[in-house]
Amino acid sequence: MFAYLVRRVIGAVVLLFIVTAVTFSIFFLVPKLGGASADDLASRYVGKSAGAEQIHETAVRLGFTDPLYEQYGRFLKGLFVGQEYNYGPATEHCPAPCFGYSFLTQQPVWPDLVDRLPVTASLAFGAAFIWLVTGVGTGIVSALRRGSALDRSLMSVALAGVSLPIFFTGLLSLSIFSYGLGWTAQGGTNPMDAANPAWWAYDLILPWVTLAFLYAAAYARLTRAGMLETMNEDFVRTARAKGLTERTVVMKHGLRSALTPILTIFGLDLGLLLGGAILTETTFSLPGIGQYAVIALRANDLPKVLGVTLVAAFFIVLANLIVDLLYAVVDPRVRIS
Amino acid sequence: MTESQAPVQRIERGEAFLDVRDLKVHFPTDDGVVKSVDGISFQLERGKTLGIVGESGSGKSVTSLSIMGLHKAGSAKITGEVFLDGQDLISSSAEEVRKLRGKRMAMIFQDPLSAMHPFYTVGHQIIEAYRVHNDVSKQVARKHAIAMLDRVGIPQPDKRVDAYPHQFSGGMRQRAMIAMALSCDPDLLIADEPTTALDVTVQAQILDLIRDLQSEFNSAVIIITHDLGVVAELADDIQVMYAGRAIEYGNADDIFERPQHPYTWGLLGSMPRIDRERTERLIPIKGSPPSLINVPTGCPFNPRCNYAHLNGGSSETERPELLDIGDGHKVACHLSPEQRRTAWETDILPKL
Repeated sequence: MFAYLVRRVIGAVVLLFIVTAVTFSIFFLVPKLGGASADDLASRYVGKSAGAEQIHETAVRLGFTDPLYEQYGRFLKGLFVGQEYNYGPATEHCPAPCFGYSFLTQQPVWPDLVDRLPVTASLAFGAAFIWLVTGVGTGIVSALRRGSALDRSLMSVALAGVSLPIFFTGLLSLSIFSYGLGWTAQGGTNPMDAANPAWWAYDLILPWVTLAFLYAAAYARLTRAGMLETMNEDFVRTARAKGLTERTVVMKHGLRSALTPILTIFGLDLGLLLGGAILTETTFSLPGIGQYAVIALRANDLPKVLGVTLVAAFFIVLANLIVDLLYAVVDPRVRIS
Repeated sequence: MTESQAPVQRIERGEAFLDVRDLKVHFPTDDGVVKSVDGISFQLERGKTLGIVGESGSGKSVTSLSIMGLHKAGSAKITGEVFLDGQDLISSSAEEVRKLRGKRMAMIFQDPLSAMHPFYTVGHQIIEAYRVHNDVSKQVARKHAIAMLDRVGIPQPDKRVDAYPHQFSGGMRQRAMIAMALSCDPDLLIADEPTTALDVTVQAQILDLIRDLQSEFNSAVIIITHDLGVVAELADDIQVMYAGRAIEYGNADDIFERPQHPYTWGLLGSMPRIDRERTERLIPIKGSPPSLINVPTGCPFNPRCNYAHLNGGSSETERPELLDIGDGHKVACHLSPEQRRTAWETDILPKL
């Protein structure tokens, strides 16, 4: 068990290093291969009014003329111990983890991410809770009532949920519940500024439900398929033959096995969302990581994009690691192999 | 058994400990009604063993599952009566039957690996089976589980109780299944192909174990198999099934020494025997079992039977009844006793 744990953790760390190398090359090597010079990169920092000489000076100061591996080395060093940035008039220390400075605002990226993470996390965890409960619950009910009118209508709703994009359901629910009925917040405020948890939830309830609807639909279908399969397993028949109540048979013997594949997907989904729920945050104007990524992409603000990408990758790897470890807890066969 | 020809007074509570009367299990499907079991009757006393033999799809497993009440509600149409110690299981509520399951009647399945839950320890699963019917603490149930594992011959039961099914060998797993089935001391034990998934060397051990435990617990045992060798080891009475019906019923001596039905001859002929010349070939039954939606009219075995032509057409038109030919030995066949004796003595016996 311990060896398994160590193996997985080492694997995750190695993977993260590979991710930094790949993203770094995509952002700095690919433009170079595409013909962009170090000066072009530096020009994004100094603005359009500067002369060619100034731009070149900046490029040298910021190290854009150095070989790529040196730049990558500096970047890695910045992540772990911080980095000195010489932006002309003075040298500034960017403390670890340093993701560099925004081209546009000249502000370090990391504090921005730290500011926005709670919004994204609130959105992701709240929605995850809702979709787990409703999705898995719907799936179980549907599987047990297979072929009934209830099953068919639940699965139709689920099909709609999987098919409808967030910007459609989001805008629709905004127009009904927020602008029409006035029950929920209209978006655009930062839920982290809310005075108390009730207002925080009030700001987030519509994004939660909209996001959860999409995922709950997928989870309902997955759970249903998984339950239909496991309820036909021999060990479920054994559980019945022992005289266990149907409730125990379903919840303890059937669901336990049906949930393991869902655990995998849940880890991936949650990890992905923590790196920014782009559509939901944009639709509801929530100042989270996803919205930050959109702003950065529009402005071509490379350091910000790099920062968001790495944070997202970090969460996905972390979520997968946790899922792998949970797997060993859930399924005893994993511990041996 | 000697008076089974005489008109029997119908007593509501059944006569034997297990009394199955005209049990039918039909599954309505889009293609028609699948008559998996189409009217079988047998009786079984405590301490006795009944072997149910037949090919795949002859209805043996469906019979056992319907006795246990393990068919999904709604999917199967079950009629007839199954009296267990006087209580009719077919007309009892699902909840009443559930309370009997595991406690008064228990079941061992074919593949012990898939029949045990992979995520729970062997001990946990036995403790669960015991505690659902006995109001005891976990510690008491655990001691009982260890004692049961010890009884079925698992070494170091106090350690193995915490092992998972995948850490056991096939034979060990089947022993654990038996321990689980017997944990509540059931009066009826149904073993559905208990040795089919096991190594040959382990098969005999498991059969020995079932026999030992039966004499110790004095339970009635139904053993379901396609392997005549297994019933030869264990069964007092044997019921041979074909296409959802019993086609021959008798005690083990009758079936092995004086079999009456051409299908039983076929089963005996296709059993490998160590005491025969290697050059002699097995005699397989030609053809394959019939579809249970479209059972052949007349005797369902007639398309595969070598003697069907002797009956002047009745094989193809009339379904033979299961009739007693003396001493409780019953057979469903149109052939006359003389024809059967001649065929058995001249065609079959020399080749066995």
